[in-house]
Amino acid sequence: MFVLETKDLTYVYGAGTPFHKTAVNRVSVGIERGEFLGIIGHTGSGKSTFIQTLNGLLRPTSGTVLLNGKDIWAEPKKIRSVRFRVGMVFQYPEHQLFEETVLKDICFGPGNMGLSAAQAEERARRAAKFVGLDNELLGKSPFELSGGQKRRAAIAGVIAMDPDVLVLDEPTAGLDPQGRDMLLEQISAYHRARGSTVILVSHSMEDIARFADRVLVMNEGRAVMLDKTKNVFARGRELEAMGLRVPQITSILLTLREKGYPVRPVLTVDEAVEELRPLLRKGGAHHAQ
Amino acid sequence: MDKSYLSAENVSYAYPAREDEESFEVLHGVDLGIKKGEFVALLGHNGSGKSTLAKHFNALLLPAGGKVYVDGLDTMDESLKLEIRRRVGLVLQNPDNQLVASVVEEDVAFGPENLGVPPPEIRRRVDDALRAVGMYDYRLNAPYKLSGGQKQRVAIAGIIAMQPDCIVLDEPTAMLDPRGRTEVLDTIHSLNRGKGITIVLITHYMDEAVGADRVVVMDDGRILTQGTPREVFSQVRLLKAHQLDVPQATELVWRLRREGFDLPECALDTAECVAALEKLLPRPQKI
Repeated sequence: MFVLETKDLTYVYGAGTPFHKTAVNRVSVGIERGEFLGIIGHTGSGKSTFIQTLNGLLRPTSGTVLLNGKDIWAEPKKIRSVRFRVGMVFQYPEHQLFEETVLKDICFGPGNMGLSAAQAEERARRAAKFVGLDNELLGKSPFELSGGQKRRAAIAGVIAMDPDVLVLDEPTAGLDPQGRDMLLEQISAYHRARGSTVILVSHSMEDIARFADRVLVMNEGRAVMLDKTKNVFARGRELEAMGLRVPQITSILLTLREKGYPVRPVLTVDEAVEELRPLLRKGGAHHAQ
Repeated sequence: MDKSYLSAENVSYAYPAREDEESFEVLHGVDLGIKKGEFVALLGHNGSGKSTLAKHFNALLLPAGGKVYVDGLDTMDESLKLEIRRRVGLVLQNPDNQLVASVVEEDVAFGPENLGVPPPEIRRRVDDALRAVGMYDYRLNAPYKLSGGQKQRVAIAGIIAMQPDCIVLDEPTAMLDPRGRTEVLDTIHSLNRGKGITIVLITHYMDEAVGADRVVVMDDGRILTQGTPREVFSQVRLLKAHQLDVPQATELVWRLRREGFDLPECALDTAECVAALEKLLPRPQKI
């Protein structure tokens, strides 16, 4: 059974007005328990709207969202509990920090779930560890932290709710390459350690290539591809036609493949080296240095 | 450095001390000259000092030590501040923080209005600026309804309308999707080529730096290395030692070359990398 499944999910903004716009159009996809799913699509493709239906922030115009097989809108009064199980980290989540101390801020979510103060704190400290926030920072005001640390504190606040599914919308936007790698490594370590499902929305194809098991591609409100990451990026030219691009390394090997060289699609430079080495040896290109 | 349009001479800068902290020096004696019409990409980690340096070029920050000149004007001279800002425009990362009006063309007119430009001239400048960034058709739209790339182009148009000699852009594409990034980058290049506007582009994206005339890499408040993109990205070992990325095309060729394959020292993009590999690969069986 899928942890999350959508059936004919449609969301229309401004329904019944002259400005109505179908942002998500009959999307039926299943998200496997424990997978690391990447979602890509250019601005306006519907991906942000789509993820907001997954935890009930937006109610579908038609169609259903199933969490562990149950329609999340079966009992609208219980929608709040869905938000604890599908944790959402928005873009620039650090703008939402507000408590006196970092620890209190991270405790806010678990506290809302009805946990005791002690339980909430234990969860918060564990979550802080996952995102690499030092203990000594937890007593500080969130506003004393650096940008990257604030971002981590905000993510810890969602992780502390121990959601079945963690959804992150562009978590690395605005970070430098070093900060980006560190944050994604931590999310990936969290994913492996907890076995929870992670959904990563990103414009960075390099990040998706490195971390996602599968990729969902959205275009004009529709789910146009859902497959293993390698298979999706092997269709690089179709992605380009949608205003997306593949990692440069993938594009290099795709170009060689189109020219008739027997190379398979790759996602990383490491894979490309492995793929090309035997071929280059065959070409007799090796020379002693 | 006498012929430089922008020039930093032994510039140091420290952010002022807060209550219980000591002041924090982020630039340690930086020398950099940028010629008129040049396209320079500034690379480096967050905290490397690249944004701090860039903000010196329109007198938003003033050097604690050393001098900064813009078109020969000393930024320390308060009476020249307006002249300097008229010459050097600044575009920031988040387009939402830069747009002030509720109609695109009004937003673009904001700068020239403040400069006291006469209305018929403003009309002409606004239209020209919007055409230059490919947003003329949107002149009557509401900025909030535009995509990120479109908003950023409107922000750039707002600068162009002030007819600057130089635009400094601080990670203008960091919040954009691939399409928006391409739009903005194409716009910057066409302004550089078509209007001869000097560009200082701060970016984390190596593929954006590849198109510059010169790449300057900052690390820890100093210039680590600089040169043409090819000269800079050939130094893969140095860049990696400072945890900086190189384009994947560059890294692939560098790694295969290190394994002993007879490849060039540097490939900057997909086309160069493919061409270099094709010379060595056994010919494919054509179908």
